[in-house]
Amino acid sequence: MKADIRVALAGNPNTGKSSLFNVLTGLNQKIGNFPGVTVDKKTGYMQLPDGRQAEVVDLPGTYSLYPKSKDESIVFSVLADKADTAKPDLVVVVLDATNLKRNLLLYTQIADLKIPVIVALNMMDLARSSSIKIDVDLFSKKLGVPVVPMAIRKGEGVAQLKQAIAHANKVALQPDTIDVNVFAPELIGQISEEMQVDNPYFALQLAHQHEHLRFLSNEQSDRIESLEHAHSFHSQKAQAAETVARYNFINDLLYDTVKTPEAAQHETFSNRIDHILTHKVWGFVIFMAILLFIFQSIFAWSSYPMDLIEASFVWAEDALRNVLPEGPLASLLIDGVLAGLSGVLVFIPQIAILFAFISILEDTGYMSRVTFMMDKLMRKVGLNGKSVVPLIGGFACAVPSIMGTRTIENWKDRMITIMVTPLVACSARLPVYTLLIALVVPDKSVWGIFNMQGLVLTAIYVFSLVSAIIVAFVLKFILKVRERGYFIMELPVYRMPRWKNVIFAMYDRSKAFVIQAGKVIIAVSIVLWVLASYGPGDRFERIDQKYRVTENIKTNSPEELNRIIASEKLENSYAGMLGHAIEPVIKPLGYDWKIGIAIITSFAAREVFVGTMATIYSVEGDTDDIQSVQQKMANARNPETGLPVFNLATAFSLMMFYAFAMQCASTVAVVYRETKSWKWPAIQFAYMTVLAYGVAFVTYQLLK
Amino acid sequence: MMDLSQLEVGQTGVVKEFTDLEMSVKLMEMGCLPGETVKVTRVAPLGDPIAISVSGYQLSLRKFEASTIILQ
Repeated sequence: MKADIRVALAGNPNTGKSSLFNVLTGLNQKIGNFPGVTVDKKTGYMQLPDGRQAEVVDLPGTYSLYPKSKDESIVFSVLADKADTAKPDLVVVVLDATNLKRNLLLYTQIADLKIPVIVALNMMDLARSSSIKIDVDLFSKKLGVPVVPMAIRKGEGVAQLKQAIAHANKVALQPDTIDVNVFAPELIGQISEEMQVDNPYFALQLAHQHEHLRFLSNEQSDRIESLEHAHSFHSQKAQAAETVARYNFINDLLYDTVKTPEAAQHETFSNRIDHILTHKVWGFVIFMAILLFIFQSIFAWSSYPMDLIEASFVWAEDALRNVLPEGPLASLLIDGVLAGLSGVLVFIPQIAILFAFISILEDTGYMSRVTFMMDKLMRKVGLNGKSVVPLIGGFACAVPSIMGTRTIENWKDRMITIMVTPLVACSARLPVYTLLIALVVPDKSVWGIFNMQGLVLTAIYVFSLVSAIIVAFVLKFILKVRERGYFIMELPVYRMPRWKNVIFAMYDRSKAFVIQAGKVIIAVSIVLWVLASYGPGDRFERIDQKYRVTENIKTNSPEELNRIIASEKLENSYAGMLGHAIEPVIKPLGYDWKIGIAIITSFAAREVFVGTMATIYSVEGDTDDIQSVQQKMANARNPETGLPVFNLATAFSLMMFYAFAMQCASTVAVVYRETKSWKWPAIQFAYMTVLAYGVAFVTYQLLK
Repeated sequence: MMDLSQLEVGQTGVVKEFTDLEMSVKLMEMGCLPGETVKVTRVAPLGDPIAISVSGYQLSLRKFEASTIILQ
């Protein structure tokens, strides 16, 4: 889409910036990347009152142009890079009217870069109800920029803002807020001259940030570095002096334009809620209750839509089978692509529900209280207060949980959380566990009240959380810290969640998942389909011929004959050969080649295990019929010893393998997406596979 | 010499200076500057971190970070 004007939204976190973005652009938005960096770029389009089209870019929320996290480092580059395609013609700075002092710091920095600015003075309704009196006209006059009072939640001021954007100046007219030359006069002068910069604050920012600005060449950056040495420039001291000067300006401005009562009302209300929600005892009890509720809802509420999605895929499969002529094309589309696609789409309800909850917890301000309460505990094992929610969410599905780790600003804490989340027993392991437990654990009661099978399942769930924490503790000592860990964090006042934002979060994350993970899953499914459907040489033809002889046709019904042929073909397919090839490796774990195939196919998704077992043991009816798979597996004998294949040792060894192995293409894809590098998913895959093999080996050898 | 980590819940103090330059840059950007009045509003259930009221909003920080803030 072609835009006549490009508008960037900037502001502190919790100012309603995202709400404003959603209000301005509606569903007409997309998520991309800022060039060369791993930060999501949200862009959308809106129609201005004069008919022009405006592109809106939502910049990451930040307290200052001096970045403290990766997301924040993008803000200055976007505003500064003249060649950047995202360079805005106009910046709308969103300010929280109830918290103007701290909000204005970022404004003064952006204004001094001399980019045309409009102030969106949000939360005017809350300011009014808290008796904060703002002289908007004087405020606007003193800043020298248009100021639009708004209450974005209620839609107040949106039309006026659009009007202001349409009438915005092409050049910045605001006066300097502070004299930046005093911080490094010679250096600023020299950089301005050599880099042909006409703005002293821009030159000063280049001095501070030249090391990570992509639009500077290496020579330019080195030149700035040597100039800094020549003028003995100390970046942090200069930043400190600048911040003090800016707050002096802000204090003077607010003294003239804003009257604040002693204790703002919304703050005391928030305080009362905090008394309960961060209480020594009740704080934890309430948190546990909320987690339990979320966990339950993900299971309970998603089962119906998941069934529906599966049913519609079954229907689509049927329809396609009827329409397409039988052959490799139909098989590829149905058993490869469609099967893979259903594996992706079936997770959408869980993802949407988890993200609805996460977005509500964040929007209300409760998430920062969870962090506040859990930080000390989680820090001991190398995690962060914010790791709690992804870890618990991992019980449902690691995919949305890993996407949810974005709330963790600290790089190391976030990486550790991503690395250990897939260890938590997710719902995809449930069919594997229930099948194997039913095979080897007797269905009898313990002490009259507990069911033995249920106890084993519970133990596996607890064990998964414990192993995640142990691995996190180990990683704490291995990972090198790239940035200093802060816990200097705003505790925003409690607010009602904005339902529109909740819906947007559900939509955004589901869409991102389908597109990103979907590509990988479909590719893997197609490869698996090829491996399982074709064999080397003429093996398949010979199988067909063997069973087409008359006596076979006489003794077996056509369905049964097809199943036998399918089963023998699988053994002779590339996948079957792979199973035979890895048999020596997995024999110490207690597995035969058939289990080998199931393990290989399970690397696409864990729940594939049941389906593969079903195919291999050629079960009647549909592959989801666990009862019959279970009977066939129970009857399976080792051809050499005549003993059952699935004894206690093999079954537990398998469960341990599934507990630790990274058998989920969606998770690999999402870790790649979140870390934007193959390094992390590769490390994760390797350590989990090694762990899986080791633990399964020990389990089998001990129980044998 | 008194630092912010020594204040009890409900007590107030006025920021004088910082002992850690890097931390001070972040704290000052967050509105915690020399001359500002700070009030400890609550302590996390496990004793760390703490929450303070400063510049009209609530800020949480670890005790170690609070100990770099010297009060008047």
